[in-house]
Amino acid sequence: MTGHTVLSADDIRRAVRRIAHEIVERNHGIAGVVLVGMRTRGVPLAQRLAGAIAEFEHETVPVGALDIGLYRDDINSQQLRSRIGPSDLPNDIEGRTVVLVDDVLYTGRSIRAALDALADFGRPGQIQLAVLVDRGHRQLPIRADYVGKNIPTSIHEKVEVLLEETDGDDEVRIVRPEGEV
Amino acid sequence: MTSLAIRGGHVIDPANGVDAIADVLIESGRITAVGQDAGNDTSETIDATGLVVSPGFVDIHTHLREPGFEHKETIESGTMAAARGGFTTVCAMPNTEPPIDTAAGVEFIIRRAAETGSVRVLPIACVTRGRAGKELADLAELAQAGAIAFSDDGSPVADANLMRRALEYASVLGAPIIDHSEDPALAAGGVTHEGWVSTRLGLRGIPAAAEETMVARDIALAAATGSHVHLAHISTAGSVELVRQAKARGLPVTAEVTPHHLALTHEEVLGSGEAPGGLTYETNAKVNPPLRTPEDVAACVAGLLDGTIDCIATDHAPHAIQDKLCEFDHAAMGISGLETALSLCLTALPLETAIERLTTAPVHTLALDARLPGLGTLGVGAPADIAIIDPNAEWTVEPELFASKGKNTPLAGRTLKGRVKATIYAGQVVGS
Amino acid sequence: MRQDTIAPPRVETEAWTRRHLLDADDLTRDEIELLMKTTEAMTEVLGRDVPRVPALRGRTIITLFYEASTRTRASFELAGKALGADVINVAASGSSVEKGESLIDTVRTLQAVGADLLVMRHGSSGAPYLVARHVHAAVVNAGDGWHAHPTQALLDLYTIRSKLGDVRGRKVVIVGDIAHSRVARSNIWALTTMGAEVTLCAPPTLLPAGLRPNDTPNTRGSGSQPDVPEALAMPPVHVETNFDIAIDGADVVMTLRLQKERMSGGLLPSSREYATLYQLTEQRLAKARTGALVMHPGPINEGVEIAPSVATSLQSVIEEQVTNGVAVRMAVLYLLCRGKSG
Repeated sequence: MTGHTVLSADDIRRAVRRIAHEIVERNHGIAGVVLVGMRTRGVPLAQRLAGAIAEFEHETVPVGALDIGLYRDDINSQQLRSRIGPSDLPNDIEGRTVVLVDDVLYTGRSIRAALDALADFGRPGQIQLAVLVDRGHRQLPIRADYVGKNIPTSIHEKVEVLLEETDGDDEVRIVRPEGEV
Repeated sequence: MTSLAIRGGHVIDPANGVDAIADVLIESGRITAVGQDAGNDTSETIDATGLVVSPGFVDIHTHLREPGFEHKETIESGTMAAARGGFTTVCAMPNTEPPIDTAAGVEFIIRRAAETGSVRVLPIACVTRGRAGKELADLAELAQAGAIAFSDDGSPVADANLMRRALEYASVLGAPIIDHSEDPALAAGGVTHEGWVSTRLGLRGIPAAAEETMVARDIALAAATGSHVHLAHISTAGSVELVRQAKARGLPVTAEVTPHHLALTHEEVLGSGEAPGGLTYETNAKVNPPLRTPEDVAACVAGLLDGTIDCIATDHAPHAIQDKLCEFDHAAMGISGLETALSLCLTALPLETAIERLTTAPVHTLALDARLPGLGTLGVGAPADIAIIDPNAEWTVEPELFASKGKNTPLAGRTLKGRVKATIYAGQVVGS
Repeated sequence: MRQDTIAPPRVETEAWTRRHLLDADDLTRDEIELLMKTTEAMTEVLGRDVPRVPALRGRTIITLFYEASTRTRASFELAGKALGADVINVAASGSSVEKGESLIDTVRTLQAVGADLLVMRHGSSGAPYLVARHVHAAVVNAGDGWHAHPTQALLDLYTIRSKLGDVRGRKVVIVGDIAHSRVARSNIWALTTMGAEVTLCAPPTLLPAGLRPNDTPNTRGSGSQPDVPEALAMPPVHVETNFDIAIDGADVVMTLRLQKERMSGGLLPSSREYATLYQLTEQRLAKARTGALVMHPGPINEGVEIAPSVATSLQSVIEEQVTNGVAVRMAVLYLLCRGKSG
């Protein structure tokens, strides 16, 4: 497989800081804000955002984890590629502003599943979406509120996100399977 | 007069010690000569070059199911199956509906066989009325009507005192008692051999002791009465040893074994491992007595070879598809065995031994040659009952092609060696 | 949120490929781990105010019980509904089965009606295996005769792990009517696969052929009998008829239900004698490891298998077994309905 880096570790660090500022700015502070990372890599990203926000706002934002395995509608194509695990949300999301955090926004189906899942936990006042990478090719009318980087891709390409917490290193790469033009 | 010559075959006639390439001449339904160039001027000829010519097999334990269970088998289909398997004489067990416990019943079997049968059918009659195990049937009248032996097969004669009286009473009738040796209390509810397979499958087992206790009882009663008891389908090493000791004592005890008990074990019930879940619970391997352990199989083979077991009998037990296509506990017991008997025996025995134990031995065991001199042999004057065998032919068992209505065999899809090519009964080719 | 709930790196290769769950005997360690992990997710769902997810929406699950059962059937029904499936319960009595319809005809009819998955309980060992050969629908064995009860074994394993962690090397004593117990058999498979040390404890009449004290090496399971295919015989277990000896140092005591029918046929003289020799009393439990778990698949026969004080003690996880049962069955239904072969 051939591939190239589109975001270095520094790029990722800067993007996270910027998004953290944007979240606080957009919501006029962090009152009522909850960051919910989508498993798997959305979770460390959400934690990093909370860490960055704590640095300049000196306040802690609650962080949760959402597993959308039981809400997927694309089962027949994706099958059980990943194990499903438990979700772990703060007790009350009623009326709060939930910022979903994911690593890559692609077709939008994961986000749709996340919206369904959140609905089973309560009724947030608002739901916003923060992603590290938006690679295009939406199949549903879904858009991100905060984007680390827009990277146009071909559907034959694969976007690989590596994070230190899960993969030992920070990097975003685009990979093309061998033999394809 | 019609004459038929079977030329150039390897004639094996154990009763007369013949084992050579020879011709066989048949005239008017009897064998008239065996030897080099036995008949040069016959109306018909069969070329048996490269094939074995044997007396037609004699099965002393067959279930033809008629009257009453014609959906499982009829005398017509059962005797056709017999012919395909090389059997020219079958002894029909009386556990029909109604059971054969009256002279009229015996006469019915004889008449139906004459009308629809392809081979000779000799009736066996019940020991007890209705096979209920309570009162003796009219044994003398049954013998008079043509019954060649008595059996409540399917069930033992459980009441020891009744068995004793039956043995005494039948002793002068020239027809032995054949016992299905099984203690009902020990066997109750069991569906397969009690051993590691039944444990693995969670099935109630039939312990070897269920057969052995009854075999021991029957031997003791044979000793007490001096009457001939024939033990049907023995299956365990313990039973073989008991019979060996009984014979050493000179007791009038004989025994038979089925082809499946010479070759198959209780592992057949597990299946090949390809079914969902890896376990088949193969109902076609559900039989009574059950298939047992490799040690039991080896003991039966050894017992047959050293003469402890007198002969082979198929216990052909055909069933309809729906009787086997159900939960293992509810499935009927029995294997449809006439058409695979020879091939299965050849997996355990040399051809000459198999022939001997399928022809002259069963005849001798039940003294059938008293009524039918020469039966089971190719002697001059014997009935022209002949099986022509290709000992090297390989064939795949396809139950749908059986002549028997019973397709219930665990051997479906297996490749076996040795096959009957043609069967002649009373001088006529049958079974094709 | 706890730091340690960050999931490990994604492993793409693991998928459930089985069409049916008939027994625990050929489940691999990986499959069992996947089941356990999936059960964790289901446990979280059941903890919500609205314990529902849409994962099996549009699927039809039919429970076909030839043996009466309250808890197992309700457990499966709740599991199916929590996943959004349509669940229909068919009791064999009062249906066409009473009119003599064969098992195969019955299940074919249910499949024609639209069942995607059949949950079956039947009194004859092997019945679900027969059904699995004759239908396209997935089959879950909810108990067949004496033979298997895989979801019970999985929920027992999940319960043990939730309390003790890894079962590798743990001593589990299973006491009671082993010979007639599908719970015992499936547990033997699941526990030995996961590395536990299993001891069976029962009077000789309640031990199955091959596992009785006087059985010769020839009649035992694999390892001793040269021509017993390893994969087919029961896995190696210890057998001890004296409960006081068997329970020494046990981490888990799994008691089995004693059925009244066992008193007939000479298997046991009386339940009183059974209780004297095999009841899990406080004195006996004291011989086990401190904090050893007390388990029972239910329903308990009062005063027979377990002393009442022990059944309600802190060491008893009997109620959790029932709760975990729903989550485990959700995991099973999910994996069978959504797996590759579904």
